[in-house]
Amino acid sequence: MISLNWVKDYVDLENENLQELAVKVTKAGVNIEKVVTNHIDHLVIGEVLECVDHPDSDHLHICKVNVGEKVVQIVCGASNVRAGIKVIVALPGAILPGDFEIKAGKIRGEESNGMICALFELGVEEKTEENYARGIEELDTDLEPGTDANLILGTDDTLYELDVHKHRNNDCYYHIGFAYEIACILNKKVHLPEAGYKEMKENIKDYMHIQVDTDACPYYTAKMVKDVEIKESPEFIKKRLIAAGMRPINNVVDISNYVMLEYGQPLHFFDKDKLGDQILVRDALENEEIVTLDGVKRNLKNSDIVITDTKKPVCVAGVMGGENTEVDENTKTILIESAIFDAVHIRYTAARLDLRSEASIRYGKGLSYEYTDAALDRACYLLEKYAGAKVLSGTLKHDKVDKTDKIVTFKTSEVNTLLGITLTDDDVKTELERLDFPYEFKKNEFIVTIPKRRLDIDPNVNDIAEEIGRLYGYHNLVSTLPVVPTRRGVYVGDVKIRKEISKRLRVLGLNETKTYTLTSPEMAKTFRYEEKEQITLPNPMSIDKSVVRTSLIPSLINVYDYNKARNVKDILLYEIAKTYDKNYQEESKVALLIKGAYLTNTWGNINVPADFYTLKGIIENLLDYLGFKNRYTFKKAILPELHPGMSAKILLDREEIGVIGRVHPSTKKDEIYVAELSMTKLYERQVKPLKFKEASKFPGMVKDVAFIIPEDVESEVIKNQIKKSGGRLLESCEVFDIYPQIEEGKKSLAFKLSFQDPTRTLEDKEVLEVFHKIIDQVEKNCNAKVRDK
Amino acid sequence: MKEKMNALKVEIEEKLGSVTTKKEVIDLKNNYLSKKGPISELSGMMRELSNEEKREFGKSLNELKTEVNRLIQEKLTYYEEEELNKKLASEQIDITLPATKIPVGAPNILEHIVEEVEEVFMSMGYDVVDGPEVEEDKYNFELLNIPKGHPARDAQDTFYIEDENILLRSQTSPVQARTMLAAGGNKPIRMICPGKTYRRDADDATHSHQFMQIEGLLVDKNISLSDLKGTFDVIAKKLFGEDIETRFRPSYYQFTEPSVETDISCFACKGHGCSLCKNTGWITVSGAGMVHPNVLKNCGYDPKEWTGFAFGFGAERLAMLKYGIHDIRTFYQTDLRESSVFDRKEV
Repeated sequence: MISLNWVKDYVDLENENLQELAVKVTKAGVNIEKVVTNHIDHLVIGEVLECVDHPDSDHLHICKVNVGEKVVQIVCGASNVRAGIKVIVALPGAILPGDFEIKAGKIRGEESNGMICALFELGVEEKTEENYARGIEELDTDLEPGTDANLILGTDDTLYELDVHKHRNNDCYYHIGFAYEIACILNKKVHLPEAGYKEMKENIKDYMHIQVDTDACPYYTAKMVKDVEIKESPEFIKKRLIAAGMRPINNVVDISNYVMLEYGQPLHFFDKDKLGDQILVRDALENEEIVTLDGVKRNLKNSDIVITDTKKPVCVAGVMGGENTEVDENTKTILIESAIFDAVHIRYTAARLDLRSEASIRYGKGLSYEYTDAALDRACYLLEKYAGAKVLSGTLKHDKVDKTDKIVTFKTSEVNTLLGITLTDDDVKTELERLDFPYEFKKNEFIVTIPKRRLDIDPNVNDIAEEIGRLYGYHNLVSTLPVVPTRRGVYVGDVKIRKEISKRLRVLGLNETKTYTLTSPEMAKTFRYEEKEQITLPNPMSIDKSVVRTSLIPSLINVYDYNKARNVKDILLYEIAKTYDKNYQEESKVALLIKGAYLTNTWGNINVPADFYTLKGIIENLLDYLGFKNRYTFKKAILPELHPGMSAKILLDREEIGVIGRVHPSTKKDEIYVAELSMTKLYERQVKPLKFKEASKFPGMVKDVAFIIPEDVESEVIKNQIKKSGGRLLESCEVFDIYPQIEEGKKSLAFKLSFQDPTRTLEDKEVLEVFHKIIDQVEKNCNAKVRDK
Repeated sequence: MKEKMNALKVEIEEKLGSVTTKKEVIDLKNNYLSKKGPISELSGMMRELSNEEKREFGKSLNELKTEVNRLIQEKLTYYEEEELNKKLASEQIDITLPATKIPVGAPNILEHIVEEVEEVFMSMGYDVVDGPEVEEDKYNFELLNIPKGHPARDAQDTFYIEDENILLRSQTSPVQARTMLAAGGNKPIRMICPGKTYRRDADDATHSHQFMQIEGLLVDKNISLSDLKGTFDVIAKKLFGEDIETRFRPSYYQFTEPSVETDISCFACKGHGCSLCKNTGWITVSGAGMVHPNVLKNCGYDPKEWTGFAFGFGAERLAMLKYGIHDIRTFYQTDLRESSVFDRKEV
């Protein structure tokens, strides 16, 4: 929260419309989420001229109140209302907190034209019994009746709620930084606050020594004040802290927060008398302990930074002070610390201790040393002025900060190229002056020194272009298209085959799913048909998303369950996704799942079941489409979570590329068929270029034959023998009939054999010769008997 | 002879006139046109004629034969048609019964939007590139100007796998780094890289530990922020309609400088303000900017010579906006009742 009343201390905002200013600021890059004003309209100071009891009530009063332009009658119930006091009057039209609108009306028959207010009714105080009992607010003021009462209530402020992007936090999350931002937008100058104070003869060096033994604290300064009087803060400090979202405590604590909100530099105040005479800043010891200000005992690690009195920690640096050196109501002497600590250390410590304080947030984002000294002086000034403090002369200082200036050299043309605009050198000069960035202009080149307060700016032309661009206004950019050669983009690497597989499977009726890569250990244990070790995350979000899957089938089964529970009957699914094993070996996979009917109509005269053979057909179709015709086989296999009688490995050029089968009934009762193929293996294979094959112009000949074979012999065995015996005249051979249990333990398989020679018409005799050879060899080699010879 | 022929013709015509079935016509045909039928009989009488008479008679007889054949065929065709019509009349179907469902699957909703975006960018010459999801810290962060300890890492709460070196990628930007490195610092680049990304977020209606980004990169000479704006205009209008307006707002990303957030005018209320755009008239759809010179340098390009822009869309956000989806989990559940409508091309 930025208080605009506060910002006005540093930059002139006279006659600025603060709503419009918020829009300008947002356009230039610091996003103002909300503009809040706590101003209450129609709220004036009134003077009670007359006060009599209400004739029809035992506690109401009828008052005549001077509200400036006129005297109005108001009925008031407060016991402390009386003639002669100044009060706060909400006139008709005023809207009080809680959307309570004041209207003119009658109370028990008496006219009432407003309300005399208590502070809690205005949202300035909490509504407690005590506050309620105090009644209406009696003002001790010289202000004339009719004056805007918001002025004395601190409800005349406008607040900006910022959503500052990560890099800008530190130069905009404090009022001086924000003033610089407004100054460059409005092209005005920033005036820093007063910080002059008297120093005593006594020198801090006679009381205190510091030593810094860690690289994580490049800058450490301290001053000492004595005779501090702890009391309530002055109104303006309290009001501003409240506006910024902090609770006032006492003048000393409030001043440290006030300076932090002003300069962005967190300060730490030690009770010098509790501290002793030495400070040592060092890395914490492993398991060192400290009780922090919130009363919690903290266990420290070597990566934390601590302030110690050389013997024990007195403060977790940049995060929270220790209870042992806390400023309390009896504190008289204070050591003020203003330091820079390494951002990464502070972030890790704050995160580990779960202590995200105003200080640790600021340190965690990185601080510039630019205001470290200024904040220290400002604190001394305020303590002198509002806590009666006497400031000792001398400053303790440890300074290892790299003060090398960040310098950028660039030409206007580089900025123009980056932004696509046409600024002149003079335009750039104007922008740099608005930004308050010191520069030289030599030989057509700008040499810019980046102010220390802008830690977010790196010394390169892009950062300067950004600053100029955001002031120039991105809304002023003209849209152009890059001047590049015309071409159409392509799918690179295996993206192409992924797209083709995906499209084909959709054409074949399967719906694409997308599921989570991370699965539960239970899911990851199933369908492990490969020897693959799995990745388990060391720090998962939850146990059910802790293992990187090696198979997609378990996820598809989840999608199946989800749809089944929603009464979807026919479920046809696929997913293509990457999998990883423990060695980070990537394998893209295609998984398929079918259940129910493949082809159907609702009134039932067509029903092609989604069964093993349908899934096999889908896979064959896919493989043929990709150019692998005649290169794959299905080999029966026993596989985890698959039905032992209905599962197979899929081989391509004799290499295993996947599995197919019915989900084991003990895994899922439903008749679900699944398959998974390695897309990576398909991608790595070469395919022959597509070629035309002319159909034979000569008639072929077809012969049927049936064999009686043992039940457990696979059709493929017979088919392979037929092909082998059939030689070059046999063009194709297909099963066209199956008759199970034709004899005890035997089945009959009928084949249709097509004979063809592409160069001539076949003669009966030669076909019969081959046909008989086939029968002979099948009978001999396959334990088969021809049926009805 | 002539009389006989005429009489025969009249006789046949009369008989054909009184038939009532196809069978009677066939009987008639068999009777009159068979080898022993009356016409054949007449031709047997030709022997007795002179050569000249033979020629004339033969001709007439042929004419008679042809005519009789024609008449019979005509009658036959009539009955065959009648028969067919009867058969067709008995074969009526109810064409209003539901069709046989041709099984065609739908794409995942995210893939649907990704393919639309890919199409637009491919038409502008951008390649579609893929990269690993289990990624090295180097590509995911370090080359992208996000060194160890940088606060930007905290914002992208990352799933680490092995120390701080191997992780589930928290953004698709590593694909950009890999592409630049592979191009060797001397070739222009136009690419997009849609893909899965992971962050330690608890899943709810608006958060997902797994999500999809569509990032893009163009590196060439003299590329400007205005070029990015023009490019963004093209994609915004293609996705959300030609009447959409766009705007850039200053923003911050570690790997771009200057950085912008890109907004489109609200397509629901045409910029007047509604619940979708939270009454601002604008909707943020992506982050973008000019490639940071450190990133160019880290990936082998000389920033004095090359400039470029990069942008990133959240696929879920695009799809939620475009199709009116309110729960991000929708994309990862695949409710077939919802997804089936996405088997559709918007042309």
